[in-house]
Amino acid sequence: MRKIGKQEIEDIAVGAALLGTGGGGDPYIGKLMALQAIEEFGPVTVLEPDEVPDDALVVPSSMMGAPTVMLEKLPSGEEAIEAFQKLEEYLGEKVYATFPIEAGGLNSMLPFALAARLRLPVVDADGMGRAFPELQMVTFYLDGISATPAVIADEKGNTALLSTIDNVWTERITRAATIQMGGSVMNAMYSMRGKNLKESGIPNILQLEEEIGKTIRLAKANNVNAIQEVLKTVGGFELFLGKVVDIDRKTESGFARGVATFEGMNDYKDETLQLRFQNEHLIAQTEKQLLCVTPDLIAVLDAETGLPITTEGIRYGARCVVIGIPCHPKWRTEKGIETVGPRYFGYDLDYVPVEELVKRGGQK
Amino acid sequence: METYRIGIDVGGTHTDAVLLDEHNQVVAETKSSTTKDVTTGIYAAMHKVITEAKVDTKKIRYAMLGTTHCTNAIVERKGLNEIAVVRIGAPATLAVKPLTGVPEDLRDVLGKYVYLVRGGHEFDGREIVHLDEAHLYKIAEEIKGKVSSVAITSVFSPVSREHEERARDIFTEVLGSEIAISLSSEIGSVGLLERENATILNASVVNVAKTTAQGFIQALKNEEIEANVFFGQNDGTLMSIDYAVTYPIFTVACGPTNSLRGASYLADLKDAIVVDVGGTTSDVGILVNSFPRESSLAVEIGGARTNFRMPDLVSIGLGGGTIVRLKDNGEFTIGPDSVGYRLPEKALIFGGDTLTTTDVAVALGKAELGDPSKVAHLDKELLEKVYGKMVEMVEEAIDKIKTSAAPTPVILVGGGSILFPTELKGASQVIRPEHSGVANAIGSAISQVSGQIEKIYLLDEVGRENALEQAKEEAKAEAVNAGADKDSLVIVDIEDVPLAYLPGNATRVRVKASGALQ
Repeated sequence: MRKIGKQEIEDIAVGAALLGTGGGGDPYIGKLMALQAIEEFGPVTVLEPDEVPDDALVVPSSMMGAPTVMLEKLPSGEEAIEAFQKLEEYLGEKVYATFPIEAGGLNSMLPFALAARLRLPVVDADGMGRAFPELQMVTFYLDGISATPAVIADEKGNTALLSTIDNVWTERITRAATIQMGGSVMNAMYSMRGKNLKESGIPNILQLEEEIGKTIRLAKANNVNAIQEVLKTVGGFELFLGKVVDIDRKTESGFARGVATFEGMNDYKDETLQLRFQNEHLIAQTEKQLLCVTPDLIAVLDAETGLPITTEGIRYGARCVVIGIPCHPKWRTEKGIETVGPRYFGYDLDYVPVEELVKRGGQK
Repeated sequence: METYRIGIDVGGTHTDAVLLDEHNQVVAETKSSTTKDVTTGIYAAMHKVITEAKVDTKKIRYAMLGTTHCTNAIVERKGLNEIAVVRIGAPATLAVKPLTGVPEDLRDVLGKYVYLVRGGHEFDGREIVHLDEAHLYKIAEEIKGKVSSVAITSVFSPVSREHEERARDIFTEVLGSEIAISLSSEIGSVGLLERENATILNASVVNVAKTTAQGFIQALKNEEIEANVFFGQNDGTLMSIDYAVTYPIFTVACGPTNSLRGASYLADLKDAIVVDVGGTTSDVGILVNSFPRESSLAVEIGGARTNFRMPDLVSIGLGGGTIVRLKDNGEFTIGPDSVGYRLPEKALIFGGDTLTTTDVAVALGKAELGDPSKVAHLDKELLEKVYGKMVEMVEEAIDKIKTSAAPTPVILVGGGSILFPTELKGASQVIRPEHSGVANAIGSAISQVSGQIEKIYLLDEVGRENALEQAKEEAKAEAVNAGADKDSLVIVDIEDVPLAYLPGNATRVRVKASGALQ
């Protein structure tokens, strides 16, 4: 058990942006929500997964919808409370603790804003270890845990309680409702027992995020290379150093798909990297070779500061280092690859772990 | 008939002034010191350039000012308006209140009257809830006599500005037309907090802008000049004085932009890299179609995060006054400290006691300045190494700003530009145009007038072509409002970014139109 105050929130926000692999939106708004809530209601308690009783009811707090909407129409803070209370009413039981559904930008921060207000603890575990665009893309789904009963709530006071036949239907229905409710909603879904979270979740994600944020902050203060330090912290690989020379975006069925092209610098001179994304970065490859592919993590970092850049923030001329990080082993199973591997996103590629790809290419 | 225009640019060290003829040829150029109150420096610079030019002051038709008044006021938190902050968007947005994330001292000054009102719109233009007009009337009564300026920000006002405009009408109705009103939809793009911060800052410098404008007009009167007055803005274009006192926040970053634009004009190049060598630092920027490429990073002004775009710059600690230290073992260091504006007394070639980069260039015959005999005793071989390193530093900065390896033209401007050679790695050619020392003031004088809009369109409903056409027309109308000649308008920038997770192909469209002065 430990307490999370303002500095920890600042660090976690940076780490979450990096593990968000370009998606999940800028955690800035989420960070401010968490900071305001902590300022008003005090620090938040974080529990290790094994500190949670097996039979306790735990529910992640998350949002669904367009991060761009969230940047403009900020939440009221009441939506998440409303969603939790409606779920408690339905289940006839109090929630013991909340936790982040993903390590993506905004969603990594929302549990803190809610936890401070409701004085709930936050469990140090999530369902992705990174960010993904669809709600069945959680390790809980791999173990057959249902997203429903679920509640979605908007700031106007509307709530919807869902009971669906499977998680794909939950995704379809909530996404349609979200649009009507104004483009973004707060969720209470994937309620589960402490035992489920311990078995199916990815532990200590908050700790990792905080370490990443701290590493980048201290690297700046101590004038050392932030990116090399981050690679040590996350056990990742430098894939490329280059400048963005082209960025081609289009929206397909509600997702921002696109390709960013980087022209190599220094050791990577005369090479070109293509980064394919659908909200999150999915595939990194040069003309010669595949470098990293989903579900392994691909993060784009500012070459100077080491700070992560979101897909929406990739702009012509930006100088970046692209890094690859092995995903959690739960994703490397057959069902994991089926759910979040390259073929699910429409790429005719086999998944090969990043460490093997790097070995093949000879790391620079 | 011959006519003239004056351009003035206020920098950290120097206030530069130029006088151009109707063909934009330089008639006179002067450099004066920037004064602490800024205004005295402007008067002095103007007087100097007019005296030097010896032209009939009646023929001076335009006067352009690029100034740091507003920036300084925000940074120093001085002379700011008493303001009210009104956000329309409740019950949404309450989780992050206005001025969150803004430094406390600024929040103390600007956060005395903060109100959250029910209203605002969804991304597709529907109302979140009806606007609470009764609340607005109540607020207006409450702030009567207490504030002189109001910042109004409504959720998704870039999509629908209806609630902001209604709020403005209510405040004007109750408080009279004297009250200054800043609407966020006129100032920033999607991103509530950043747009709200920019609107708040804008509201806070309205008086500063008014005083500056009046001072500038008075200075012109003193010289018996009756000219149309314009202010330079961040994107390298001009705004009329009426526009400038309503939207003064757009003046905060005109400095670097002016020098890039001036370089473009002097070298007659639309696409090039510009190296502006000052006394202490060199700024390297890049021109795309005559305008600076903008940075992708969120810009902080006085510690408040805004969504303004600033020129993308690489700055290095190398200028004409940078101090060079030679060691006995043949090693050396360059900067990062500088003698700055004291170069004329400190440098060896001017009889001073400090070895500077300027001395190195003069000793090696790369530049002609001061008294070369005062540096003749130095070890040439070592100086060559120092000079080689200086050139390397600039070449590295040039490479950093480039987007492709292809050689690009490089324009050298600024007082210290004489230090560098006419051949640089990565440059297809190196141009050091005439009058390059006052490129920034020239940039200010030759600026065009522009209008910019940024909106969200549902392309499935309006169609992409229609949306772009509509956006272009609105941008052009904005430009005409700002003082542009209708027939000379060109669209200089179009950007459309699809928004994730939204139906109807919701797309953010940004268009900038620019044209010659009326």
